[in-house]
Amino acid sequence: MAIIERKDVEHIARLARLALSEEEKELIQRQLETILEYAAILNEVNTDGVEPSAHVVALTNVLRPDVRRPSMPKEKALANAPEARDGYFYVPRILDE
Amino acid sequence: MYEVIIGLEVHVELSTDSKIWCGCSTDFGAEANTQVCPVCLGLPGTLPVLNEKALEYAVKAGLALGCEIAHFTKFDRKNYFYPDLPKAYQISQYDLPLCRNGAVEFEVNGETRRVRIARVHLEEEAGKTVHSGDNIMGSEYSLVDYNRGGIPLIEIVTEPDIRSPEEARLFMEKLRTILLYTGVSDCKMQEGSLRCDANISLRPFGEAKLGERTEVKNLNSFRALQRALEYEVRRQSALLDAGEPVERDTRHWNEQQGVTISMRSKEDAQDYRYFPDPDLVPVTLTAEQIETWRSELPELPDQKAARFMEQFGLPKYDAQVLTASKEVAAFFEATVERFGEPKTVSNWVMGEILRLIKEMEIDIEQEPIPISPEGLAELLALVSKGTISNNVGKEVLETMFKTGKSAAEIVKEQGLEQISDTGELEALVDQVIAENPGPVEDVKSGKEKAIGFLVGQVMKASRGKANPQRVNEILRQRLLGS
Repeated sequence: MAIIERKDVEHIARLARLALSEEEKELIQRQLETILEYAAILNEVNTDGVEPSAHVVALTNVLRPDVRRPSMPKEKALANAPEARDGYFYVPRILDE
Repeated sequence: MYEVIIGLEVHVELSTDSKIWCGCSTDFGAEANTQVCPVCLGLPGTLPVLNEKALEYAVKAGLALGCEIAHFTKFDRKNYFYPDLPKAYQISQYDLPLCRNGAVEFEVNGETRRVRIARVHLEEEAGKTVHSGDNIMGSEYSLVDYNRGGIPLIEIVTEPDIRSPEEARLFMEKLRTILLYTGVSDCKMQEGSLRCDANISLRPFGEAKLGERTEVKNLNSFRALQRALEYEVRRQSALLDAGEPVERDTRHWNEQQGVTISMRSKEDAQDYRYFPDPDLVPVTLTAEQIETWRSELPELPDQKAARFMEQFGLPKYDAQVLTASKEVAAFFEATVERFGEPKTVSNWVMGEILRLIKEMEIDIEQEPIPISPEGLAELLALVSKGTISNNVGKEVLETMFKTGKSAAEIVKEQGLEQISDTGELEALVDQVIAENPGPVEDVKSGKEKAIGFLVGQVMKASRGKANPQRVNEILRQRLLGS
């Protein structure tokens, strides 16, 4: 039984905005399966009585005081934008007609 | 006729000085993209660090809404592509929200309604998009300002307990009042620091199963909220009446046209793939910490209303009107401290003062009420001593609002002292009796009601300054001999 089906690959590719060829889908399907099979080894561990953890490091409450710090210059903020206009990031149409 | 089922998702920006994960300013109205840094722009290699004030404010909001506060909470990534989200995910909270199981009570036509709060969670604000067209629909392109991105935000999710568009508005008004009391947000709907999305469905009365729902967005005022939902009730009713299905949909409220429009998003069926954010460690809160924050909350609207009824003997209605704004409540209380007579003060505040505030379009959350409690107390003392009549008092109050002068000054300048001098009043009464033989006959022949007309004529002749009680007495003496 396939853990990952072709339609799962297509769905994930769509969510990640990736246009995959049929060969790539095939390849990625196999690779994802290998990854998931590997991760499935964890299912063999007996976790009875183990609290679920939310993080890999045993730290909590890393907080900062509510203090302002200087922001970066606008020119620098916009420097990597594919396109900027009037001090804004420019983006193409968001919704379909 | 169908039963209307509404649930709201309310977003509230918290009034911290700096953003939730970085030190950028949260001030409204700055030049675009000048309050940004590598953290809130989501540049690679940066790490968010939680603002302790944002955590405190979110907990305080939860406490004010009667929620249970989690002792262990964490942040999750909500993944989706949208230009206002520089990281392509929003840091939010998924399965372990900070607050759960609260409720808000409010009045609908004199009846107390209770809407349960399912959860309140802490998340980051998105950037602001400016669209090339009138709105997002049909815009050729959009411009993005990330100043707003990363401002701390709470999302308040209600249970589907709201039963009409009007109730939805009243709920939001009460929620806003509560949050304004706590001071965790300025709740300015016009600036977007308080806004909501509404889920609405209809079902035949008696039906247990919920109907298909639509989500309505872009509700930027109380009025828009109520109107958009009224439109959805009409639209969905018409579909159901015609035997057609309501489609699950996200719809955009168009204020100008007064309609909701389907937003056929490019996004497929939403799949946010939440997972714990590895950049942020969990947060634990001790009972002691939570209780400290609870003790720092001010008296909330319902508590204040209950105290006004108890301490000042006010009717429930008065208590609710006065406490709907913390500024008005404080003004009322400070006036009572100086003048006493809570019901008299309440009548003046609810009537004249609120009317003038509305007429003069004074935003009392931003600017002070033009007169002081001392000023009103002085005016009420003049009325109660009989120096001026009640009606003249109302005019004096209006002049106080507009000129900033004291009641005593205005009364003196305009010669408004009430005429209580018997000789002067008798002269006025005799004049009115001479000019109105008809009504005088009526009174004499037993139609005592006509005396009211004559009192009115004397008041008019005195330009409102005659003491009406004394006038009444003198008229009765003259005409009825009693």
